[in-house]
Amino acid sequence: MKKNNGWNPYAAGALAGIVSVLSVLIVGKFLGASTSFVRSAGLIEKFFSPQRTVLIEYYIKYTPKIDWQFMFVIGILAGSFIAAIISGSFKLKTVPDMWKARFGPGVARRAIIAFVGGVIAIFGARLAGGCPSGHGLSGLMQLSLSGFIAVISFFVAGVVVARLLYRGGVKK
Amino acid sequence: MNLLTYGLITGIIFGFIIQKARIVRYDKQIGALRLLDMTIIKFMFSAIFAGMIGIYLFYDLGFIGLEVKPTLLGVNIIGGLLFGIGWGLLGYCPATQLGALGEGRLDAFWGILGMLFGASIFARVYPALQETLYTWADFGKLTLPQFLGLNHWIVILLLIIFGSLLLGWFEEKGI
Repeated sequence: MKKNNGWNPYAAGALAGIVSVLSVLIVGKFLGASTSFVRSAGLIEKFFSPQRTVLIEYYIKYTPKIDWQFMFVIGILAGSFIAAIISGSFKLKTVPDMWKARFGPGVARRAIIAFVGGVIAIFGARLAGGCPSGHGLSGLMQLSLSGFIAVISFFVAGVVVARLLYRGGVKK
Repeated sequence: MNLLTYGLITGIIFGFIIQKARIVRYDKQIGALRLLDMTIIKFMFSAIFAGMIGIYLFYDLGFIGLEVKPTLLGVNIIGGLLFGIGWGLLGYCPATQLGALGEGRLDAFWGILGMLFGASIFARVYPALQETLYTWADFGKLTLPQFLGLNHWIVILLLIIFGSLLLGWFEEKGI
């Protein structure tokens, strides 16, 4: 165990792998997250304009509703909160340390980039057919070819963007 | 127990693990993309190693079925690259940002909001994409063993060998 009290990444990873397998074995559900953003967006839209939302084809394919995966995603929030409180690592932060060292403590700047990043990321994940959970964990566990292609694409673009953002910046 | 309760419990366990492994943090995610700190890669590889052995063991025993996503080169690659761009800017992925918010990283909230907005945009352009991008290079539901014409256990063994070599190299480099 490291000084920050974090779990060893290999042990934690293996544990997450076992949880993923058990989920498939017990309830037949492969882990994933990005579909829930579609269903949630649909739920919000349905609240404001029910007639129009039912006509959107993508919301017919992914019906706006609270399902297994939605609860899984909410559970992640709760599980992380519990772990953070128990270990005393809960800390309110508006800007990540690495970001602050490069771009300063401005909250608005971070919020705008995070928002834009979120828009692009989910658009890409839905287009690709999954995110690092659905394609990364669940896809690669099943040795699915689409998983390998998507994950490699995630990293290639991610490395390029991180490189551009932090070029000439502080190393830590 | 119903399906929703199972989902919630699985999520709580998963969220607990990823917070403890510290992989929910922006610094860890971007640390990996800057090739400075490979914690999330170590976690991912280890999860996949354990997962593929378990999945294919129970699959061979006939206890479970696979849910392979179709290989559509156009959308897998273009969508994958777009995701990577967004990920590099946001520093969280759809699942880990919930974990980040759970440990008090408030900037994850903007990512969640962005993702809800982005999903809504995607729902609107989907019909147009369906006639174009989605029709490119459709290989159907294909696994790597099927593609290579090898037994899945050979592929699993090879992936574990090459993956471990890569992880060993990261450890040697101290990243």
